[in-house]
Amino acid sequence: MSAEYIIQAKELRKSFGGGEIKALDGVTADIRKGEVVVVIGPSGSGKSTFLRCLNLLEVPTGGQVLFEGVDITDKKADINLHRRKMGMVFQHFNLFPHMTILKNMTLAPVKLLQKPQADAEAQAKALLERVGLADRANAYPSQLSGGQKQRIAIVRALCMDPEVMLFDEPTSALDPEMVGEVLEVMKELAKEGMTMVVVTHEMGFAREVADRVIFMADGKIVEEGRPEEIFSAPQQPRTREFLAKVL
Amino acid sequence: MRPSASQSWPLVAPDWIQNGPEWLNDFGYDVYKSFIFDDRYQMYLKGLGNTLLLTFLALLIGVALGIVISLIRVSWDKNHTEMHGPIKPVLGFLNALARVYLTVIRGTPAVVQLMIMYFIVFASSRNKVMVAALSFGINSGAYVAEIIRGGIMSIDEGQMEAGRSLGFGYVSTMRYIILPQAFKAVLPTLANEFIVLLKETAVAGYVGLTDVTYAGNIIGGNCYDYLFPLLMSALIYLVLVMFFTFLVGKLERRLRSSER
Repeated sequence: MSAEYIIQAKELRKSFGGGEIKALDGVTADIRKGEVVVVIGPSGSGKSTFLRCLNLLEVPTGGQVLFEGVDITDKKADINLHRRKMGMVFQHFNLFPHMTILKNMTLAPVKLLQKPQADAEAQAKALLERVGLADRANAYPSQLSGGQKQRIAIVRALCMDPEVMLFDEPTSALDPEMVGEVLEVMKELAKEGMTMVVVTHEMGFAREVADRVIFMADGKIVEEGRPEEIFSAPQQPRTREFLAKVL
Repeated sequence: MRPSASQSWPLVAPDWIQNGPEWLNDFGYDVYKSFIFDDRYQMYLKGLGNTLLLTFLALLIGVALGIVISLIRVSWDKNHTEMHGPIKPVLGFLNALARVYLTVIRGTPAVVQLMIMYFIVFASSRNKVMVAALSFGINSGAYVAEIIRGGIMSIDEGQMEAGRSLGFGYVSTMRYIILPQAFKAVLPTLANEFIVLLKETAVAGYVGLTDVTYAGNIIGGNCYDYLFPLLMSALIYLVLVMFFTFLVGKLERRLRSSER
């Protein structure tokens, strides 16, 4: 059964400040291969913490994360090996400012996957072509707009040929006119069958692209289901309240 | 008996100086006794060589030590709550050691450290340059460590996260992503530390090492007139510092241009 799941989160708990603040309070979710899961919820609901627990950027204080059936929360697991297969895109892009775009994209494949530099560059250039930034290969991140930076961040993660892509509010730091270009790339990616977990406030994207929407509040999953169910006929009052505010 | 400077001056001085105005003759004589008589200029050259060698070696030791110490401090401060296994007590011990080192070295004068090193710790060694380089290097390492630590902490948390999310380990992320940026950020401060170090080596004379300052001091004593010898020592430092400031400025512009 578990073979078709890429990620299984079991009873995830995360507390800060010696247990006083519970960011995650028992979150269980399974991500299937090829599925696009969008996580929505008010700020402080724990959705970013949940996402960051999936690749252990945030170490959960309780529960398990299984990646391709392996418990990566186990202290003996080599998390660095698993992270190679889990791409992550951040709200603030986090490109490496001291490297060219090409170097940003080829660093990890060359150093970690022992890809020859030429192969890595060819792959990077092909990806740049796809997101319409082929001419920026030798630019530095500071020379790019926010939307361009985020598109680069996405293809940088793709250079590792990940099994799943995690997006942590990828459009929240962008000027409004740049949101579209980033969402477009993400839609393309979804169409190609990439497994994606996306934390976002873009309800339009959730409705259009998601296979499943998870609504979180107060560190718990309140409701989940197909986007048309969640957006048209939410069952929980908390969900209705939230959607009434954002839609 | 060899003639003294005042005895030999009339024999070697060109006529146009000796027959010139009195101030010119005096000036010529001062220059002669401070730099030319008895090949005294050789001593400045020797001092210059020692000062440069000393500073260079101390810089290498200081930067190497500074990187190691700063990495120990940063790794411990940022991660010790999440650490497990045998690395925790080991790093904890190293961190405590690093803190003692920083406190002691920054809390005592470099010249006292130098004398302790030369007269006590390495009392049996006569290699003054090596002992002094080690002493100044250990001293400088403490300051470099705090400079680099500040640089590392100024790098956005997201850089570490981005590196780790790609699959790099903590050490590789430091090496490829954090440290290059941190170095760039602290380069002006490091350059300043280097210039401070260059001038700090002026106390090397306390252990009888002939550096630029000691050379000026000795020659001043020999010719019973400190004015020109000490001015020469000061001038050598000034030229060195101006030269290195120029080089660092060039390097900085080079690094900056790669980002814009």
